[in-house]
Amino acid sequence: MEEFDTIIIGAGMSGLAAGIRLAYFDQKVCILERHYTIGGLNSFYRLNHRDYDVGLHAVTNFVGKGAKKGPIAKLLRQLRFSWDDFQLRPQLGSAVVFPDVELNFNNDIELLKAEIAAKFPTQRDRFEILLKQLVDYDDLNDEMFGLSSRKILQEIFTEPLLIEMLLCPLMWYGNARENDMDFGQFCIMFRSIYLEGFGRPFKGVRLILKHLVRKYRALGGQLKLRSGVAKIITDGEHAVGVELDNGTQLKAKRILSSAGAVETMRLCEDTSESKVVQAGQLTFIESISVLDCQPKEIGFDKTIVFYNDSPQFHWTRPQTELCDARTGVICSPNNYLYDATEGELQDGIIRLTTIADYNRWAGLDENSYRREKLRWYDLSVASAVRFMPDFRRRVIETDVFTPKTIRRFTHHDNGAVYGAPKKQLDGRTHLKNLFLCGTDQGFVGIVGAIVSGISIANMHCLRTELS
Amino acid sequence: MTPAQIRDEILDILSKVAPDEDLSGLEDAKNFREQLELDSMDFLDIVLELKRRHRVIIPEEDYGNLASMASTVSYLEPKMRDIVKS
Repeated sequence: MEEFDTIIIGAGMSGLAAGIRLAYFDQKVCILERHYTIGGLNSFYRLNHRDYDVGLHAVTNFVGKGAKKGPIAKLLRQLRFSWDDFQLRPQLGSAVVFPDVELNFNNDIELLKAEIAAKFPTQRDRFEILLKQLVDYDDLNDEMFGLSSRKILQEIFTEPLLIEMLLCPLMWYGNARENDMDFGQFCIMFRSIYLEGFGRPFKGVRLILKHLVRKYRALGGQLKLRSGVAKIITDGEHAVGVELDNGTQLKAKRILSSAGAVETMRLCEDTSESKVVQAGQLTFIESISVLDCQPKEIGFDKTIVFYNDSPQFHWTRPQTELCDARTGVICSPNNYLYDATEGELQDGIIRLTTIADYNRWAGLDENSYRREKLRWYDLSVASAVRFMPDFRRRVIETDVFTPKTIRRFTHHDNGAVYGAPKKQLDGRTHLKNLFLCGTDQGFVGIVGAIVSGISIANMHCLRTELS
Repeated sequence: MTPAQIRDEILDILSKVAPDEDLSGLEDAKNFREQLELDSMDFLDIVLELKRRHRVIIPEEDYGNLASMASTVSYLEPKMRDIVKS
């Protein structure tokens, strides 16, 4: 039976990052991926001769070349990449739009400060108080992590609308909990979005994945696609290896799983269903509209718009329908400051994300599923054009992916995008040599997932080998 | 390796671990942390690189010896004396 130092379940951002760390330090590593392609939630596909991205709207935590601080600088160092490898270009500018109020922000916090001073003059000094209360990444501990962000914000601000508007982008881009948000997660997302900001490579997520997988393979790491793990073989308090869907068994000294907390527990042959923790519920549909022009030609020059059509922001699974189109995210990959040598993206693209319910989508028969995709494309776009120029007459091609698509790419329960509400920050499980990485460990988003893979590999697979 | 060769090796490791730092003015007697932006992940990497390149194992209780270039070289000298520089 083939034996590895570490087996990694899942070839998404976290699994690939962990794999690079371990292979670089001479471990014999194998990444097992059930899907036929890499990337997990952040992937890409080609349809009718066009490239599409899944996942990535923006890379958060944007820093310019030469920065020494922040998660991107850290992950580049740890994976031995240079800033030029990822070729991140900054956003043009984004906005939170609620009825009658718009807050613009970009990669310089001064713009958001000025916007709050102009639109919520009584809250200007209170915003400074919030900035002082934010906790740095390295200082986050379990105790303060789970506090209620809404409660803390209500103690600082006296304008409820501003609280809703500040929370909207942060919840949209990284909150696995319904209605409220863990304060630790709030601090992470606040820094990554408002203080650091958005960037994107001209070639999108495929450039990042290409670099990760190339480096991993060049270091001798093995990657097996179409190799789903059927079960984790256990022996008392330890995992001894895995059995693949095709019956092949592989041995490992330790296992890192990015399959999700619930999903990983289910794979363990010693686990009964009663031990299973709650899976995440928040998932989305996303529509992609290809335009016959650049978005700015119809007057849309924003990178990302987070909209909500009432003063109260509802961050919860749809209660009665397939989707809830009261809130959404509009993103145009065209609206980044690309280099003159790169030019503009060939197609004008508007991506639109809407909250959806996995069970209702999964329960549809094939005909209804196709029909509902078309219907919710129309409904979600009709909702979004209340907050941006109407682009509907310029559309030449569309595609929609749903929670079922996300489930197929990620194999996560419910197609949950940000994982389980309860995070396992130390990555430990009931088995001594089985660890979690990825969205259910703690960090979300592309940068978060990569940092998760790195830190769990360091903590449990590299540091331990030194003693 | 001679102490001078060990010093060169540490400089090379630092240039990999912290590629954006200017190492040309590094003062051997001063702590790394006062001169470079190194965090605990970077220190772990220095230790891992030494293991990867030279099979030198540094137990966690000895990490304090890696505070400055001077202390690192004198700590490593007995461990790396017999390694032939390639």
